[in-house]
Amino acid sequence: MKHELTNVIEHDNFQGEYRILRLAAPVTGPQVKPGQFLGLQVPNLGERILRRPFSIYQADASGVAVLYKAVGRGTEAMANIQVGDTVNIIGPLGNGYPEPDASKTPVLVAGGYGNAALYILAQRMKKKGIAFFGGRSAIDILLVKEFEELGWDVRPTTDDGSLGTQGLVTDAFDPWAKKQDFQSLEVFCCGPNPMLKAIGDRAIAHDFTAWLSIDRHMACGVGACLTCVIKRKTDTPKDWEWSRCCKDGPIYESREVLWDE
Amino acid sequence: MSKPNLEIKIGSMTMKNPVTVASGTFGYGPEYADLVDLNRLGAITVKGICPEEHVGNQTPRTFETRGGMLNAIGLPGPGAKGFIQKYIPFLNQFNTPVIVNIWGKVMEDYGRIVDLLDAEEGIDAYEINLSCPNVKEGGSAFGTDVSTFSKVIELVRAKTEKPIIPKLAPNVPNIGSFAKAAENAGADAIAIMNTMPAMAINIDTLEPELANKFGGLSGPPIKPIAIKLVFDAAQNCSIPIIGMGGIFEPEDAIEFLIAGATAVAVGTANFVDPTTVDRVISGIEHYLTAKGHASVYDIVGTVKV
Repeated sequence: MKHELTNVIEHDNFQGEYRILRLAAPVTGPQVKPGQFLGLQVPNLGERILRRPFSIYQADASGVAVLYKAVGRGTEAMANIQVGDTVNIIGPLGNGYPEPDASKTPVLVAGGYGNAALYILAQRMKKKGIAFFGGRSAIDILLVKEFEELGWDVRPTTDDGSLGTQGLVTDAFDPWAKKQDFQSLEVFCCGPNPMLKAIGDRAIAHDFTAWLSIDRHMACGVGACLTCVIKRKTDTPKDWEWSRCCKDGPIYESREVLWDE
Repeated sequence: MSKPNLEIKIGSMTMKNPVTVASGTFGYGPEYADLVDLNRLGAITVKGICPEEHVGNQTPRTFETRGGMLNAIGLPGPGAKGFIQKYIPFLNQFNTPVIVNIWGKVMEDYGRIVDLLDAEEGIDAYEINLSCPNVKEGGSAFGTDVSTFSKVIELVRAKTEKPIIPKLAPNVPNIGSFAKAAENAGADAIAIMNTMPAMAINIDTLEPELANKFGGLSGPPIKPIAIKLVFDAAQNCSIPIIGMGGIFEPEDAIEFLIAGATAVAVGTANFVDPTTVDRVISGIEHYLTAKGHASVYDIVGTVKV
């Protein structure tokens, strides 16, 4: 984890309301593990002071890129960032996904632009598998071609049926998974928490491994403030402990997570 | 021109410069060790410790407000044993004094925690939390009545020869009387101030934004309040004051020193920009040099009123 002042080298529309921000970050870039994120100080955010966490979409020796959608004050202010501007980042943050188990079939499950965070993982995995991507509409399903070019079998689902199977991502995952030997699967999941819980519940019920990238509101990003804690199961009499999503996570195995009902 | 002397003293503890961090904003040290040179700090003030492990409040625990934030973390921590095992060896690697923030659910806990920690190498001072707004027991329950406040300080004083630094709440009726009471009870310094009790409500759900309903406001919005409290306290006591509340730039810290603080603590700014402590130390040095001062003490309490 390092603090780095980076130069913006690309800031463009990507697809629909999604944009790509690419930063020259020679210190951070080479250190990135799949599933890690950045604490980005959004310029021109005015009265809001805290950094914003962003999943890392691409990383290499030259820098990092994030894919984002303007959904709040932070990302709206980001729209004003220009190529050549300086952006202050801390990263890479969090634990990242573990090394994939070579004996298992890798499965990616993503909701919305959660699949951007899985892209580095997919790039670096030797063994390719199947990818279930869900979104509201075709415009919300990103990177299908990119994942296919890496050798992944992509199965999109959309709420409105405009691309792939109509319904939730689980509507495509469930019938496929029933035909598999569940215990041979290793699932890597990123997206909204209800989707993570849905996949996590299936992983526990059918005894397969599912790595979930938990989304929590964060403040410091480095494990100091204890804002982003989740309940992690333990063997202690209390059965659980607070775990810092930013530092101990954001990636948790489904059996570790005690969801607040 | 020779460099100004940044060194200051809090009781028997020497700080190489007047800048520490506010308890609860810097973890126990390791969290920021990749980003901040811990040897550079005047002192490291760690997150609050009570005798036993404490889990803290439910989530959501923080909420961002205009220019600042609310928190109701609720003092989670590993307890004395966990702190000694997990963090003392790490902290002992650095040539920087360690101030341990201590708190209790009942008054006796303040004595117990010192009993458990005092023999440990590497603890240089205690900051006594008498002002956390976010726990039902302890915290501000002990800090808003001057008689109880004095009793806790006397209790801790009887247990240790290390410097003790009561941390005051901002919402006491007369901070000067608390500052004087702290001095009379044997405190070596006082820390001013903790977060300001505050609340935010979601207008769609009609529910408070924090699970705890209320929290403590920190960041730039509280700085003018803290400056006045430091000024008021400095008029009423002669022990050093560690000033804190909304320090984001060196100029903020210098303002605290001029108001009457001998040292300062950077809090919420650590979350925003971890280089703040480093910039504040350099900024104080540059200011002293530019103004021709030889020491930090040359500007302490120099406000013209």
